[in-house]
Amino acid sequence: MRLSPKLTQTLAFGLCWLAAAIAIAALVFIIGYVFLKGIGAFSWEFVSTDRTGGITGDTGGIRSSIIGTGWIVALTLGFACPLGIGAGIYMAEYARDNWLTAAIRWVIETLAGIPSILFGMFGFALFVMALSMGFSIIAGALTLACLVLPTIIRTTEEAVKAVPRSYREAAYSLGSTKWQMIRHVVLAGAMPGIVTAVILALGRAVEETACLYVTMGGSAMHMPESPTDPAATLSLDLLARAMEFNDIEAAFGAGVMLIITIIIINSSTRWISSRWMARMHGL
Amino acid sequence: MNGKIMAQNINFYYEGVQALKDISLNINPNEITALIGPSGCGKSTFLRCLNRMNDTILKTRLEGKVLLDDADIYDPKVDVVELRKKVGMVFQQPNPFPKSIFENVAFGPRRQGINNHSQLCEIVEKSLKAAALWDEVKDNLKKSGLSISGGQQQRLCIARVLAVEPEIILMDEPCSALDPIATLKIEELMHDLKNQYTIVIVTHNMQQAARVSDRTGFFLMGELVEFGITDRLFSRPKDKRTEDYVTGRFG
Repeated sequence: MRLSPKLTQTLAFGLCWLAAAIAIAALVFIIGYVFLKGIGAFSWEFVSTDRTGGITGDTGGIRSSIIGTGWIVALTLGFACPLGIGAGIYMAEYARDNWLTAAIRWVIETLAGIPSILFGMFGFALFVMALSMGFSIIAGALTLACLVLPTIIRTTEEAVKAVPRSYREAAYSLGSTKWQMIRHVVLAGAMPGIVTAVILALGRAVEETACLYVTMGGSAMHMPESPTDPAATLSLDLLARAMEFNDIEAAFGAGVMLIITIIIINSSTRWISSRWMARMHGL
Repeated sequence: MNGKIMAQNINFYYEGVQALKDISLNINPNEITALIGPSGCGKSTFLRCLNRMNDTILKTRLEGKVLLDDADIYDPKVDVVELRKKVGMVFQQPNPFPKSIFENVAFGPRRQGINNHSQLCEIVEKSLKAAALWDEVKDNLKKSGLSISGGQQQRLCIARVLAVEPEIILMDEPCSALDPIATLKIEELMHDLKNQYTIVIVTHNMQQAARVSDRTGFFLMGELVEFGITDRLFSRPKDKRTEDYVTGRFG
């Protein structure tokens, strides 16, 4: 028996709708659950005080973890963005197409799929131990930078390659050097893709737990004063409260803060980049 | 008279496939030279040899000389950036940058280090006027170069080239994406520009070649079959293949 095209179309549409509905419902459920569980712990006091030892059963606030997250995000992006974007541009514009670049590309793609705890062990061996940085924000940020580099490089490379040839030729025909062409035409065109790469890296820096656990220390609770101090991020904080101190409500409270942070970061980056694009396009 | 551009025995290869066969051609100053021929005949490839745009395509090779004011542009000592300032190019698809109209025209001057706003304004106005676009866009210079019509975009691209003050303008089928009225405007513009510039235009439209050009070259399968005064080439072609093409028997 053959279904009529019209019926097939209705069925296909229905199935796609159902898939979307289930996916969205699952997301809403997770976020709703975290908020419901964590909102009880959430108060001004919770975000404005530092974590305590938890001997009394109360694990204190999350201020030091918020600051720790800020440090990690800023330093990771500070290390990874210039390197990753620069390398991506190099791979797309300057590197010749030969077995060596093919091999490099293959390595980068493989690295992007390696579990973060392996990066963590590498960071522990190199930064924490061999370079004597100890459990510290700087060791964590360097490790995390290694983790997000492959994504930034590949995304930048793809974005740069996607800029139409016609723009490049126009720039050349107006007497631009190759660098001027890249700087003023290619980068402008590739910017949405590069911003996406940075947002992905940013999200990774906020959420990453495993590789920081072994490079920043799992139970730091003091307010970090410099990048050489150990510190907790919100994710590490959540893990410690849930697994070590069994303070589940506070753990979910930190989770709420984590979700809020990601929402704020994502929407503000998108807003800034869309404003910027609009200016680029002279709209 | 010596040509402004003299191509001498040009052979050109894409990955070993020969696209141009022993082309020699003189282009006179302040004339419009049209290159015609069916698709794939090598006319665009030849045009792109004149500002070394083919350098940007991998695995290509050129033999022969292209003399611009008697100096070989393929000499290793030639600065290709300087060359392209002298030899501007307009492409088949209008390709304004995703920037404002003002910034599109100011692009070339800015790359040469001109950043003084009043100086840029002057250049932009002069170039847009020369490209017969000023009256249509003067109140909207901050609008995107992509927001205007295709014909206006192509004149914007011409203005962008003029802002660099070239001596030669290469046009690669500049009207193929445009409607007849926009095409007519570009043709009128070319006529105005030839007093100051040397123009080489590639077109698959024979009527256009006949209307605008002083001299015409007919390309076929990588060869320059015939080259001469446009009126003569269309009315009394010397080669049988030219005659077949211009009378519409093929192509």
